[in-house]
Amino acid sequence: MDFSWMAWTLPTALFFLTILALLVCMAVWEYVSPGGNPRIGILRFETTRGDRLFVSLLGAAFIHLAWLGLIGPNVWWALALSIVYAVGVFKLV
Amino acid sequence: MEKTWNNKAWFMVLPVLVLVAFSAVIPLMTVVNYSVQDTFGNNEFFWAGTDWFTDVLESDRFWDALIRNLIFSGIILTIEIPLGILIALNMPKKGLGVPVCLVLMALPLLIPWNVVGTIWQVFGRVDIGLLGYALAALGINYNYVNNVFDAWVTLIVMDIWHWTSLVVLLCYAGLVSIPDAYYQAAKIDGASRWSVFRYIQLPKMKRVLLIAFLLRFMDSFMIYTEPFVVTGGGPGNATTFLSIDLVKMAVGQFDLGPAAALSIIYFLIILLLSWIFYTVMTTSDAQK
Repeated sequence: MDFSWMAWTLPTALFFLTILALLVCMAVWEYVSPGGNPRIGILRFETTRGDRLFVSLLGAAFIHLAWLGLIGPNVWWALALSIVYAVGVFKLV
Repeated sequence: MEKTWNNKAWFMVLPVLVLVAFSAVIPLMTVVNYSVQDTFGNNEFFWAGTDWFTDVLESDRFWDALIRNLIFSGIILTIEIPLGILIALNMPKKGLGVPVCLVLMALPLLIPWNVVGTIWQVFGRVDIGLLGYALAALGINYNYVNNVFDAWVTLIVMDIWHWTSLVVLLCYAGLVSIPDAYYQAAKIDGASRWSVFRYIQLPKMKRVLLIAFLLRFMDSFMIYTEPFVVTGGGPGNATTFLSIDLVKMAVGQFDLGPAAALSIIYFLIILLLSWIFYTVMTTSDAQK
């Protein structure tokens, strides 16, 4: 099957594989510990671990965009900041 | 009784997953791939990294269109939601008036977007359109082709005409589902018309209002066809929204890389705003 029309590159393939791996990990986590672990964190509303992943990914996207718009094209620091942010979201939100 | 967890039920969503993959996920993946490359056609691509994202974020063109979009959606929501509630409250609840009103309300929703645009484009023309001609006869200097204010008013009134019905129908569905017992209790308590609305009708409409709010926000934020047909994004760039700018970039200029980057930023903004609206509206509901 020819997927050249999708214009794949190694970085974008790795990006989507990471997202897929995260979703698989979340599915395994849900299987091992069902219910989504709902709790009320610092935002004062109930979130499940799926919500926390969504907030982490959406926040990471905006961290990268803000980095590109305000600082520069080197997004490795934005990636590091996003990981710290995601850990914070999973611990506190 | 302990809750039963059966994860096999997840297989039931597999067909939807396949459908969404083909209609949304795979095209979105392609857009992401395009956003980091440059192409001149012939299936040849050159790595561009994050350059297109930087270009878009640093361009006035993007920020101006985004601000226009936010103002347009803000005006649309401020008018259509209260107006929709008001009309739904005054619609008949029984008798022949019900089907008549429902059909009348549904009519604008049945008209395709480009036809709505064409109707209003002709309707607003000073030489042959009823609205433009009538306003000119009244001495009002109306011209949506040259005047920015007139172009905006035409687009807003057109959107209200086209989409308030959706809010009305959703609110009406919420209103007719309220049992009579609530109204009887309010009558016994001597509740005023405002109290009935504030403490019975509005809380009972909250879920449908959330759907109406989200649908109208997303749709007005992504509006393309009607302004494209009526004003073509003009006068100047006065009604060039993000969607119109995106199509100009992708189809007009064939700048697929920047257009893909703009698409992703556009998508993320809609996702963020919809999530905020949804969370705020459902959280306040849950807290009560």
